[in-house]
Amino acid sequence: MSGATRAEVCAVAIAEAFRDDGEILVSPIGNLPQIGARLARLSFAPEILMTDGVAFLVADVQPLGAPSGPSIVEGYMPYRAVFDTVWSGRRHVMMGASQIDRFGNQNISCIGEFQKPKAQLLGMRGAPGNTINHTTSYWIPNHSKQVFVPKVDVVSGVGYDRAAALGPKASRFHEIRRVVSNLAVFDFETPDHAMRLRSLHPGTSVDEVLAQTGFPLVVPASVPATREPSDEELRLIRERIDPKGLRDREVRS
Amino acid sequence: MDKRTTAAEIVAELRDGMTLGIGGWGSRRKPMALVREILRSPVRDLTVVTYGGPDVGLLCAAGKLRRVVYGFVSLDSIPLEPHFRQARQAGSIEAVELDEGMFQWGLYAASLRLPFLPTRAGLGSDVMKVLPWLRTVRSPYQDGEELLAVPALPVDVAIVHMNRADVRGNAQFLGPDLYFDDLLLGAAKRRFVSCERLIPTEELTREGSFLTLRIHRGMVDGVVETPHGAHFTECPPDYGRDEAFQTEYATAARDPEAWKAFEQRWLALDSEAEYQRAVAARANGSLQ
Repeated sequence: MSGATRAEVCAVAIAEAFRDDGEILVSPIGNLPQIGARLARLSFAPEILMTDGVAFLVADVQPLGAPSGPSIVEGYMPYRAVFDTVWSGRRHVMMGASQIDRFGNQNISCIGEFQKPKAQLLGMRGAPGNTINHTTSYWIPNHSKQVFVPKVDVVSGVGYDRAAALGPKASRFHEIRRVVSNLAVFDFETPDHAMRLRSLHPGTSVDEVLAQTGFPLVVPASVPATREPSDEELRLIRERIDPKGLRDREVRS
Repeated sequence: MDKRTTAAEIVAELRDGMTLGIGGWGSRRKPMALVREILRSPVRDLTVVTYGGPDVGLLCAAGKLRRVVYGFVSLDSIPLEPHFRQARQAGSIEAVELDEGMFQWGLYAASLRLPFLPTRAGLGSDVMKVLPWLRTVRSPYQDGEELLAVPALPVDVAIVHMNRADVRGNAQFLGPDLYFDDLLLGAAKRRFVSCERLIPTEELTREGSFLTLRIHRGMVDGVVETPHGAHFTECPPDYGRDEAFQTEYATAARDPEAWKAFEQRWLALDSEAEYQRAVAARANGSLQ
């Protein structure tokens, strides 16, 4: 279908990251990840578990930022239960990244030297525990060389090189499934788990992606286009999930 | 068994250099009345252990802290805490930055009187690099797996804010999440609860299910009623976050002159009662 915005293409690419996850907790952090996960749940992944962002597992899918009424609560998931779920491995998180490198190391801690940073960010949050315990993906709405860097200043989320250095035992639950940016989709399905260009969003080019990426990217001979939303997916995104259009404020077409 | 006390008496227990645990999470159900009392006191060089929010920011701005032990410091609706950032970027505080699950494990270990608890969280990350004193431990069983040994995080004094309590220190949370307040009290030598409302013991189970009674009097040394005492953080169902106030706080933090004015207006007041009167007057003013 024509007429999908870049943000809507991103929403579908994010939803695809959660395909075949099964009956586990999906934790999408940020507006576009929320939209993508809700889309997955309303279409091909109805079994995934999601919270209301506070402490409850919810059985229904509410419009983002505009709840139409109280959610249907199907379970209780305070932070303590979230941590238990993280460590049990039955979770897939999609986090942001202030910096990410070619092996998927992520930084949300600080920019510069840790002892006296140029810019203090959130802190480690749950990134170390998430990445070593269960599947992780990343959403990056502002693809640039400031984010896709040769080396992150602080490793919050563990990448494939760091995981490999721990040995097979400690790294056996580590998986970075997907990186979705406003330009393209990436994975780590290469022999050394270096980041690979998986698909290009319609309207972008390999050259544009390479120009905005600060490290050598694995680029296959032929790069497919990111799947466009179906009519039904567009309807769900526009009418059901994000009627306020928050997606187009995060990613401009 | 009447454990009623005052904010001033609680803060008088603090000595320079002590480790203070603060309950809540981000900008949620923080014992802000007690934090404001600390701001009025001469105590300094504190180590604060917390899932950090504006409590950390205010204590940083007042120069009360030597070290912060945290997994994050955030105002939730405003992701980054401005005063904490300034303190970090000035290099004026020592940062013990942990994965937030490691942080829980540290409190839990302390509450169980264990030297450490093992986990995978932190392995391979720079938590191990920026805190070079962290150690790993090898499983003594056949698997032989190497795990991170999170050291216990004992605290000298813990303060938490609850919705209800009785005079004996039985305390109740009525919001969606206890966070880790019970573990924090367990990790502490001296344990204090501030609450929205003191009620007779027999009313506790009328306010909420028995599942909300996670802090009993054996875990608490003193209790004080501080209505609206979590302001400007949220304390549901009693009240939500004062977003307008929080925005004013965060905006003022960006400019030294504006911060001076904010301090004069809100923090230089002589008592919590005066603060609450000023907050109420502000809310009434904004309604007109």
